[in-house]
Amino acid sequence: MKKKEVLVLEELLGSNKKIASEIREKLEKKGILTINLLGSPGAEKLKPDYKIAVIEGDIETERDAERIRAKGISAWQIITGGACHLEAKMVAKIFPEIPADLDFLFIENVGNLVCPASYDLGENIRCVLLSVPEGDDKPKKYPKAFTTSDCLVITKSDLLPALPFNLEHAQKEALQVNPKLEIFTTSALKDSGINELIEYFLSGLHKLRQKNA
Amino acid sequence: MHELSIVASLFEILEEKAKEKKAKKILSVKLKVGALSGVVPEFLETAFNIYKEDTIAAESKLEIEKVPLKIRCQQCGTETVKDDFVFICEKCDSSELKTLSGTELLLEKIEMEI
Repeated sequence: MKKKEVLVLEELLGSNKKIASEIREKLEKKGILTINLLGSPGAEKLKPDYKIAVIEGDIETERDAERIRAKGISAWQIITGGACHLEAKMVAKIFPEIPADLDFLFIENVGNLVCPASYDLGENIRCVLLSVPEGDDKPKKYPKAFTTSDCLVITKSDLLPALPFNLEHAQKEALQVNPKLEIFTTSALKDSGINELIEYFLSGLHKLRQKNA
Repeated sequence: MHELSIVASLFEILEEKAKEKKAKKILSVKLKVGALSGVVPEFLETAFNIYKEDTIAAESKLEIEKVPLKIRCQQCGTETVKDDFVFICEKCDSSELKTLSGTELLLEKIEMEI
């Protein structure tokens, strides 16, 4: 019997990263800004009223995609059948169907603040959502989701008066785990803070297209 | 719980390397898992032991080196091992920090029988 030790030093998620880079490169060439939305189930990751296309990730049902299609927006549903996150290869499967003339491609990840944080999907912007009913202590409880994100959106802010959610504390904790995080506070119900978020996405799109020009 | 998906990716690499080296079986596998890698080493081990059955690594042992989160302050140069994931320099309060280690999820080496 001969024993051999092989030094590998390979990233376990290297193949995911490679597919993600290919997706990012192709979408960037088309001038499409891709946004990966992370959050808990029901954190209001998506309430679209913009000209966009959406990839929905859920454990079961087409319901979210149907809701978005009902608003006249192209949507694809990825049903993971129990898996707690999306992977780049799942997005790659949809890739041929994505129209070239889009501005924004939103990917709403499976509702989960843990697992999706490990997977690059080829996005330009990673956005973590935290809804007011979830509590203000999430950033330190789920550091990976917050450290790997570019922006944090605190949603359902209309509930602030009714709940013991300390906005300042949440913002401070989030900046402690990721000092570069851009923070937005929104209420889709009261239509507040949404314009600032749209401006942020638009400036990302602008930068991408400038780079392409 | 995405550890099983990660183990599936690990086995893709293991099988490829074993084929490349014409190995009869895999004896041990060593991983490096950072504190901020997003995976739980204990779950990774459980998933590995379930997954390995009937594979070339069926009799293998998994070794996991846990790598702490280490940062260096770009302002004052202090290096700190963090266990609280607060990205602020403990010495000078700066948030200009560089992560030195702790985010890795790496297959370091494989021991094979050839």
